[in-house]
Amino acid sequence: MEYFFQQFINGITLGGVYALFALGYTMVYGIIQLINFAHGEFFAAGGYVGVIVLSFLGAHGYMGTHPWLCLAFSLVLTMGYCAMLAMAVEKIAYKPLRRSTRLSVLLSALGMSIFLQNGLMLTQGVYDKAYPTAFVQGGLDIGGVRISIMQLLILGLTAVLLFILNALVFRTRIGKAMRATAQDKVMSALVGINSNRIISLTFAIGAGLAAAAGIMVGLYYGAVRYDMGFVPGVKAFAAAVLGGIGNITGAMLGGFIIGMVEIMAAAYVPHGGEYKDVFAFIILIAVLYFMPTGIMGENVDDTRV
Amino acid sequence: MAEPILEMQGVTAHYGRIQALKGISLKVFPGEIVTIIGANGAGKSTTLMTICGIVRATAGEVRYRGEVISSQSPDVLPARGLIQVPEGRRIFPRLTVSENLDMGAFFRKDEDGIRRDRDLVFELFPVLKERRRQPGGTLSGGEQQMLAIGRAIMGRPTVLLLDEPSLGLAPLIVQQIFRIVKSISEENKTTIVLVEQNANLALNLASRGYVLETGSVVLEDDARALLENPDIRKAYLGE
Ligand SMILES: Nc1ncnc2c1ncn2[C@@H]1O[C@H](COP(=O)(O)OP(=O)(O)O)[C@@H](O)[C@H]1O
Ligand SMILES: [Mg+2]
Repeated sequence: MEYFFQQFINGITLGGVYALFALGYTMVYGIIQLINFAHGEFFAAGGYVGVIVLSFLGAHGYMGTHPWLCLAFSLVLTMGYCAMLAMAVEKIAYKPLRRSTRLSVLLSALGMSIFLQNGLMLTQGVYDKAYPTAFVQGGLDIGGVRISIMQLLILGLTAVLLFILNALVFRTRIGKAMRATAQDKVMSALVGINSNRIISLTFAIGAGLAAAAGIMVGLYYGAVRYDMGFVPGVKAFAAAVLGGIGNITGAMLGGFIIGMVEIMAAAYVPHGGEYKDVFAFIILIAVLYFMPTGIMGENVDDTRV
Repeated sequence: MAEPILEMQGVTAHYGRIQALKGISLKVFPGEIVTIIGANGAGKSTTLMTICGIVRATAGEVRYRGEVISSQSPDVLPARGLIQVPEGRRIFPRLTVSENLDMGAFFRKDEDGIRRDRDLVFELFPVLKERRRQPGGTLSGGEQQMLAIGRAIMGRPTVLLLDEPSLGLAPLIVQQIFRIVKSISEENKTTIVLVEQNANLALNLASRGYVLETGSVVLEDDARALLENPDIRKAYLGE
């Protein structure tokens, strides 16, 4: 039983990361019906910018004295950087194709993904880059279940970000405008919404969340690599599809389900750990085959963007 | 008469290679109700969408308050008082009734004024108040039309463009909606351009009318004169 709870905690932690990552896929799809292949690159860029900032602060001795402040600082900076990167990508690679076929935009996204990944490889090298993790060592024992400081950090941060996103999308004027734009671009223009600005903002938010996820993964595994966006990217995409692509609540739920399945499969399926990456893909294929609109896609209508 | 508040001069518009407007010219003066009538496919909706900049004029000019607006981005026009209730209502289906109304006031910052206007809309259409937490997509056709008009009121229009508000609605609801259109015009001095297939209703409300056929204005006259015109009676009033 303790073993199960332990795995459960691990599953939620990983699931939260997938949820943050999946939101960018689903929000962008909701607003311009594009599967943004370059989204994984914002996650990777986030992982890198995070470690670069942390290392810089470490070199100046701040990590030793104020590690949490440094983390907060690097998180904000990284999310901002990736948000701007995403807005630039949207402007350069997608906006000029707004009136073209969906296939051309998709190919442009694929090209952007390759470009950004290679850019990261050329500037940062092909080897793992280590994260400073000394400050997140240790943990709590709760009735035999061990929760590490790292997990608490990731869970807490994920909860805060998901909460802020929900409030933004469902409570604020800009959030309403985002949903209106996703639902009817002509009508949203007729009430005075500038859809270009809303689309740009959507990319920024999605990339900011992916960047936060990238830092968390860097901290959790202790290192990042230039191609780190790919496999988790497909899993996050599977999460978005599972939740019903375009549905924000669905993407969060899908993220937690994929994370949980992956951890549980590794824990309980014989040799599951060796092919844990397969389970997300199995789910993706099953969902596409049996319920292509996902678990929240058509039934719980009002949480689609 | 005063200067026209809204004017089209030789406006053409195309969908791909199909020409939908073949040189439309019309004038709308402050405070009046003008109707545009014509058969299905005549170009009435395209005319309104071209005024609002959603469809780009390929030639000619649209002027609003003396300024050429045909090259402006459509989203800047509502704040200047040019507001459309489009054909088919286009309610945001997954926003609540209340949120749909908020969107009508998207460009406004005067929270108190917005609140007052929302109360006004709820007074005009009590059913919207009852359903304010319900997604717009779950309303009936008549309720959606009320919501669409309410959403437009939230933007405090100077010129209100209405595209077939009677389409698909029961006669009683149509009457109610036309009464409210009339009261908007009388109480707020709102200028109204009313597109209708129900020519009888429209000509009885409007002061002037334009008749559109396959992308051209074929007739313009006082509404009364159009009502009595035998050709119009035959073609559009079912005689
Ligand atoms: N989105 C569109 N794409 C192509 N053709 C269109 C489109 N909308 C309207 N049309 C064509 O333009 C002409 C005018 O249509 P419209 O303005 O909708 O007429 P009305 O509102 O008077 O019924 C019609 O021939 C119609 O088929
Ligand atoms: Mg029409």
